[in-house]
Amino acid sequence: MGTILVGQVAPAADTATPGIRRKLGIATYLKRNPKLIAGLLMFSSLLLFSALGPLFIDRELARPMSAIPSQPPSSTFPFGTDDQGRNLLAVAVVGLPLTLQVGLIAGFVAIVLGTVLGLTAGYVGGITDMLIRGICDILLTVPGLVVLITVAASIQGAISVQMMALVVASLAWMWPARTIRSQVLTLRERAYVQMAKLSGMKTPEIIFREIMPNLLPFLAASFVGSVAAAILASIGLEALGLGPQNEPTLGMTIYWAISFNAVIRGMWWWLTMPIVAIVILFISLFMISAGLDEIANPRLRKVSS
Amino acid sequence: MTWKLLGKRFGMFLIVIWGAATLNFFLPRLAPGDPIRERLFALSTQGGLTQTGVEEMVASYNARFGLDLPLWQQYLNYLVDMLRFDFGYSLSLFPAKATDLIFDALPWTVGLLLVTTIISFVLGTLLGALIAWPRSPKWLEYLAAPMLTLAAIPYYLLALVLLYVLAFSWKWFPLSGGYTPGTQPNMSLEFWWDVLKHSILPALSIILAAIGSWAIGIRGMMISTNGEDYMTFAEARGLRGNTMFFRYGLRNAMLPQITSLALSLGHIVSGALIVEVVFTYPGVGSLLFNAIRGADYFVVYGVVFMVVLALGLATMLVDLAYPFLDPRIRH
Repeated sequence: MGTILVGQVAPAADTATPGIRRKLGIATYLKRNPKLIAGLLMFSSLLLFSALGPLFIDRELARPMSAIPSQPPSSTFPFGTDDQGRNLLAVAVVGLPLTLQVGLIAGFVAIVLGTVLGLTAGYVGGITDMLIRGICDILLTVPGLVVLITVAASIQGAISVQMMALVVASLAWMWPARTIRSQVLTLRERAYVQMAKLSGMKTPEIIFREIMPNLLPFLAASFVGSVAAAILASIGLEALGLGPQNEPTLGMTIYWAISFNAVIRGMWWWLTMPIVAIVILFISLFMISAGLDEIANPRLRKVSS
Repeated sequence: MTWKLLGKRFGMFLIVIWGAATLNFFLPRLAPGDPIRERLFALSTQGGLTQTGVEEMVASYNARFGLDLPLWQQYLNYLVDMLRFDFGYSLSLFPAKATDLIFDALPWTVGLLLVTTIISFVLGTLLGALIAWPRSPKWLEYLAAPMLTLAAIPYYLLALVLLYVLAFSWKWFPLSGGYTPGTQPNMSLEFWWDVLKHSILPALSIILAAIGSWAIGIRGMMISTNGEDYMTFAEARGLRGNTMFFRYGLRNAMLPQITSLALSLGHIVSGALIVEVVFTYPGVGSLLFNAIRGADYFVVYGVVFMVVLALGLATMLVDLAYPFLDPRIRH
């Protein structure tokens, strides 16, 4: 475990043999981290589905009135069709990448904002730290989805997928900022950072060349966590009817199914597709983030065994 | 020192409430379009009114709601209104005030949430701790995987599945609503039984989904607590298993769990609001859903403000209870 620890947690230390040894370390480590493997497999099968799907089915079939409405699954419509004549297989092919897109954009924006704020707060300290931490603490007590409802309701007209991602990202950066700050606080006191400071490196240089590389596994774990949280928030907003009205994302499909009483009309297939897709998505993200957590935080390893 | 902490925490609470009110005030004004004008235009196309009439109505509405005053004065008026829980009129159910609609729906939501949060917290914590406890029966460990799955999926997906299977296919429970349509809410035993029957499924979806995350959370904590020296010492002293589990293990492992209760209240409430929509349960979530569909902005903003207020209060109470649970943190 010791060698992996060096390879993973302090990659900056062995700059002499960067490529191969680290890759080998990761490969052997992955074998011992079944959660990460299972999660990655599930997630990549979803990616594969959205990448290969359009080759086999026309994306136009995800539009309303393109198929016979309200058909249960059959050989022509493997996932059935909805009340407005969307082929639900085509909806899955079009909607899954859209939902992933919202999650990835929002997660990325959140992690960049969180990293910048967390690094600044942790490294600079003083009043800056107090301000950033105070804002984070206050915003963390706010129920995110509920506030996003105000924002999304105020943006009138059809909201686009990208807009949706930014709305969600606006309240997703506090947790990364908080946790990254506390990581930086411990890294700041390490000998090599002190050394860099003594040798006259400038603050931005220390932050990006000395501290950042050591934060990478940790950042990866919080990125996955942010993506999951962002998808959860976006699907929640969409289920309440605040999503992009013209895009068949997974959350909008749920909203339409609820609005048009799919359950009471016995149209189970209308709900099965989005539910199964969302469940696979969340479980895969959950396992990836748990697996990455183990890499970033070696103390967790004994917990899992 | 405790007073200083109390003051600081209360200050944070006030800032949150003020921030929510300010957001509610400025966001609609920054957004393109004017809700009142749009609403009236929508009504006029339905009723065949002429456009000139609408412009006059907009002007009279603006005067009525004080929208012709300077912005800062509007803002101050608005804050005072918020303090009095006056959120304005509902646009879709006009003579009704948003406040009344919200206060009618609130008891349903609060009741549902209070019961489900307490049950899921207690059950989940116990279950997770037992899964991690080395002396528990082996089969408990097989529960870890389903718990992980439950923790990963949103509440309302489980709600949809339960609704389809238990209410639609098997007809064990009513399909929707908070009580049988046609009955008048009263205090009779019969009515309460009816309410209970209607609330079992919404409650079950929230409890099942929430149990997972509590169990996962405490399981990790319990495992690291088990490695502590005082546990070994307790065992060496020959303490009974129960004493070790509850007073030594659970007591210590539970503390971070309380913190996460405070942090995840918002998450629980958001999930529960959508569960209400799935079951058309007459709470705040369904009110919000219908208000969004009907572009009833004052009700939407009112609901958001009330939820932020209630959650701010609840989070503050949990935070303040913390020092009583952990004697080490008596600031």
